[in-house]
Amino acid sequence: MSAGSSKDARPLTWESGLDIKPVYGPGELEASGGSGAIGQPGAFPYTRGIHPHMYRSRPFTMRQYSGFGTATQTHERFLYLIKQGNTGLNVAFDLPTQCGLDSDNPMAEGEVGRVGMAVDTLADMEEAFDGIPLNEISVSLTINGSAVAIMAMYFALARKRGLDLATLRGTAQNDILKEFVGRGTWIFPVEESVRLVVDTMEFCAQHAPKYSPVSVCGYHIRESGASPAQEMAYGLAIASAYLRRALERGLDADRVARGLTFNFDIYGNLWEQVCKFRAGRRLWARILRDEFGVEDPKSQQLRMIAGGGGGGLTIEQPENNIMRGAYYALASALGGTQTMALCSFDEAYTIPSEHAAKLSLRTMQLLVHEVGLADTVDPLAGSYFVETLTNEMEEKILEVMADLKERGGIVQGIAEGRVQAEVSRHAYEREKKLHSGETKKVGVNIHREEEEERVIEFHPFEQSQADEQRARLAAVRAERDPAAVESALSALGAAASSGANVMPAAIDAVEAYATVGEVCGTLRGVFGTFDEPIRF
Amino acid sequence: MTNAPIKVVIAKPGLDGHDVGAKIVCRALIEAGMEVVYTGLRKSPQAIAQTAVSEDATVLGLSVLSGAHLPLTAKVRAALAELGGAEVALIVGGNIPSQDFAALADLGVAAVFPTSTPMDEIVTFVRRTAAQRSSA
Repeated sequence: MSAGSSKDARPLTWESGLDIKPVYGPGELEASGGSGAIGQPGAFPYTRGIHPHMYRSRPFTMRQYSGFGTATQTHERFLYLIKQGNTGLNVAFDLPTQCGLDSDNPMAEGEVGRVGMAVDTLADMEEAFDGIPLNEISVSLTINGSAVAIMAMYFALARKRGLDLATLRGTAQNDILKEFVGRGTWIFPVEESVRLVVDTMEFCAQHAPKYSPVSVCGYHIRESGASPAQEMAYGLAIASAYLRRALERGLDADRVARGLTFNFDIYGNLWEQVCKFRAGRRLWARILRDEFGVEDPKSQQLRMIAGGGGGGLTIEQPENNIMRGAYYALASALGGTQTMALCSFDEAYTIPSEHAAKLSLRTMQLLVHEVGLADTVDPLAGSYFVETLTNEMEEKILEVMADLKERGGIVQGIAEGRVQAEVSRHAYEREKKLHSGETKKVGVNIHREEEEERVIEFHPFEQSQADEQRARLAAVRAERDPAAVESALSALGAAASSGANVMPAAIDAVEAYATVGEVCGTLRGVFGTFDEPIRF
Repeated sequence: MTNAPIKVVIAKPGLDGHDVGAKIVCRALIEAGMEVVYTGLRKSPQAIAQTAVSEDATVLGLSVLSGAHLPLTAKVRAALAELGGAEVALIVGGNIPSQDFAALADLGVAAVFPTSTPMDEIVTFVRRTAAQRSSA
């Protein structure tokens, strides 16, 4: 075997469509656009990260996704996570809550408290966050279709505790456009859904400036089939769509841009992820400055949560997912994330056990305290390979965004189902490559163990918890003032029809203990529901 | 033996919005020359059974990843019986632990295809089922 001979180097192309050479040097870097755009850490265009000292001054926030059953159980898990060293909470809600249905709705049967915490009224939020200081712990609410109701509850809870909303830190996911592409908890038609997102952006810009009302999720688009370049392109296009509408409403670009955060996926090739983050950060800063006139450096910075990609995990040989998680965490740290959340090794098939969730947290702690990932800023900077591919990745992302724009933009593409069809086509191609062995997956199509005994400990679902939740809901319904609920809901309906911001009326309604189902039902009455286009 | 394409309905019952797998299965069946009707998300068991019956589907596939596969399958099975679709071969895919396979079989499910099942297996199963039906 002769080292370095050209026949040793088989062609290699990343999922994003970038061809990879066996060796990179100054010539390749120059050809890709040079090193001029790297810049300094903490300075425009933020290729090297948004803070001058990154993890040396503050390691990334570690925030595991959690929540299940009733508010009481979720509360216990929250306290456990905080005790274990989590510095933020990432709340999972059950599907009825996410779809704007109450626990006693017939469609909710079998789903109450299953994949997250069941929330019907403010009383559930009061119990879940009992004793947790909302102005100290940063809380992320994973809620989209029914975000108006749940965000209203969070703000109502703070208000009841006498907290100024301006002191609240945290984020709501509240990225409805990606729900139409993947994840699927949409409720209202596309345009009306986007309008509600902009209502929350406006409300936060005015009353809760440190609270981030939208976390744009390339994550779920990637999970649904998109390549890393498409993930970033669609994510930035979606963020631009929200921002454009907010500006059309006369909001201040610097202020609104600051409230947009991002959630990205990590699995697959380590370098491809790192280049995706470095290129995306640079591109977003340029888009904000050049297209939206955002001038405040703080507002130009792409802040993100990036961690575990569920899509990379396998049900085969599940312990392999522990190692995958560690490499994804490495990619996340090398990519300069602000917050990390890893998928736990059992997450390919169930809600993480306490043990698995703890291993994920320990993985992140290990990176910071033992392995040296916090030693210096953007350690890959200046690498011929990484800088060349960061340049090429940026070009690729721009290409996808230009194509999207040419075909009518992301909002129209989603409303017509074209974006969904494109992403699902990629998922199908990916599946075929996995099946043919073109894409290698350890334990799945190579080093497979056919005789493997698969013992899965499934997260228990207790019917009694659902019954308990319905009883809690019935009790709240019996105790509240029906006239107050009715008048608050009719004010909400009026705001929705008139085009006024729905948030103040939604907060009043949930304060009167209107349910998630009632708040979303009122909005359904005004907006109707999304009619899913089926395209292949 | 007719040359009419095999007809399959793929459905998402319940509230779970994870449709990547369901759409992959749809594409694989379409590529195999079958006629596929995909219901879209969050369809009620009645609506799903109605679609399967009115489309005269040979196979009805349910995709569930939330863990609610047992109650949802039972409801769809009951709705099929009620609407005169007891003959439709019911298959279930998604995040289904092996310990639930027997319970699904008891509900009259013809086959279970958990996450990471190769597409060929599903295509082959549907073809075989259709062949059995047409020779019966």
